[in-house]
Amino acid sequence: MLQRRIWGTVLVAAALAAPYAVYPVFLMKALCFGLFAVAFNLLLGYTGLLSFGHAAFFGFAAYVTGHAMKEWGATPELGILAGVAVAAAMGLVFGVLAIRRLGIYFAMVTLALAQMVYFFCVQAPFTHGEDGIQAIPRGKLFGLLPLDDMYVLYYVVLAVFGIGVWIVWRAIHSPFGQVLAAIRENEPRAISLGYRTERFKLAAFVLSATLAGLAGSVKTLVFQLASLTDVQWHTSGEVVLMTLLGGMGTALGPVVGAFVVTTIENYLADIGAWVTIIQGVIFVLVVTLFRRGIVGEALAFIERSRRR
Amino acid sequence: MMTFLGIPIQALMGQLLLGLINGASYAVLSLGLALIFGLLNIINFAHGAQYMMGAYIAWMLLAYAGVNYWLALVVAPLAVGLIGVVIERLLLRRLYKLDNLYGLLLTFGLALIIEGLFRQAYGISGQAYQAPRLLQGGINLGFMFLPLYRGWVVLVALAACLAVWAAIEKTRLGALLRAATENPALVRAFGVNVPLLITGTYGFGAALAGFAGVLAAPLYSVNPLMGSNIIIIVFAVVVIGGMGSILGSVLTGFGLGLIEGLTKVFYPEASATVIFVIMAIVLLIKPAGLFGRNA
Repeated sequence: MLQRRIWGTVLVAAALAAPYAVYPVFLMKALCFGLFAVAFNLLLGYTGLLSFGHAAFFGFAAYVTGHAMKEWGATPELGILAGVAVAAAMGLVFGVLAIRRLGIYFAMVTLALAQMVYFFCVQAPFTHGEDGIQAIPRGKLFGLLPLDDMYVLYYVVLAVFGIGVWIVWRAIHSPFGQVLAAIRENEPRAISLGYRTERFKLAAFVLSATLAGLAGSVKTLVFQLASLTDVQWHTSGEVVLMTLLGGMGTALGPVVGAFVVTTIENYLADIGAWVTIIQGVIFVLVVTLFRRGIVGEALAFIERSRRR
Repeated sequence: MMTFLGIPIQALMGQLLLGLINGASYAVLSLGLALIFGLLNIINFAHGAQYMMGAYIAWMLLAYAGVNYWLALVVAPLAVGLIGVVIERLLLRRLYKLDNLYGLLLTFGLALIIEGLFRQAYGISGQAYQAPRLLQGGINLGFMFLPLYRGWVVLVALAACLAVWAAIEKTRLGALLRAATENPALVRAFGVNVPLLITGTYGFGAALAGFAGVLAAPLYSVNPLMGSNIIIIVFAVVVIGGMGSILGSVLTGFGLGLIEGLTKVFYPEASATVIFVIMAIVLLIKPAGLFGRNA
């Protein structure tokens, strides 16, 4: 317990000091994707549902926030709220449809629904097609905090990240989370115990979609841009990769995965399709060799050495 | 000029034909997906990439070796099928005891690798591939002009689907395949080499995808992204049809292609999304799919 506290304190201190050592925009990007992956992990790692369409919530919330702030002059908090609300509503609709099928079909249904959102975004005028919504003003949060200041923005993003992770943490360690775990391990048994599992799955789906939307909205603030890339299937695949690489079903895994994948992208962005190839190779390696992911394998290693 | 609901018959027929052609691709691809899923219990996300590879191999054969379309129609699917066999032996084989989500993730990774490699080599602008001379031009049917190559694609795809159906329903090998789908352990106990059957099925499914790719090569430009664009639609087709029956998936594929074509005529804005909308409606009314068993 004490050890855990120490680690926690070290991590928080590192997060607070980080922007003075590392380029803040990179950190903020990684934090946004980290929150995205944590939200996704609530479904894959803790409920056992593989959604291949989470980019729809992430990317569409980004569009809504961008549009509200640029065209309607909304304040940052209202812009984020709008994006998150729309993502939650989409999550409800998607969830109602997708949970009617299990396993592999669930993945295909979410992917197809997300592709529908993508095609909608390609055609709808407010997304400005290939250009995306550009030069979105950041404004002042609560009329006080000037988000154009990189450091202020960083701490705001960090705070949002912290709140999002805390919500997921609370959800997992509540009776609700226990039921989700039961569904993951053995759904028929959970049903036989009297749980309306489809309601629990739907609630988890909506919560996950909402937080994915939060990540997308905040990403819009950081980059002042909402574009088609964010709603593409490729982004859905990326969040799966982050979660899998970091370790699904672990609290920190998705964040670690998000940092690794974002780092790879940052360094290899200039050499074309290699990012895609490397991501594919990581997928293959993780699935065939270390399915527990980085954090999962590390925890297993610590456990083994402790027993010895 | 004759019209139907205010649309010139010529244009209507043209779009219907395009719909049939798309439907032919959907049918062949969903057929292969269903075959692989039946025996391996894996959704082959690399199916789109294998389709794209078929088209590219045909194009490369012509560009680098002067091999014509007819030979490519045989060689390219064989090559894709062989790559499929290697993938199954080296990678997929390790996953059969695990949750089938891992198969989806692995083949997704493979799709990224294949697509990335072709993008790295050829860019995303696409390459033109001429239809063979024999099938260039077209014939006037009176009510419409039929480009020969398009008619050929529909006929060949239909023939391929029927041949696969006959092979599975009427031959001994097909009977073994169906038996292994139901209960692999029992079939193995009877002395049938089920792992070999599995390898062969994956290779054949991949080859079918490659075949569809060669057929599509002269219709659209050969492009590294053509696979990922089509595979998501095919997933929706599979969800709508259910993977329970072969004829069912063929019928669903052609039918949805036609509906897509009609949408292009009457409400073009929705033509990209209509299949997904239908999928949502089917999920609400008949969650197992039109021809599916409850899974």
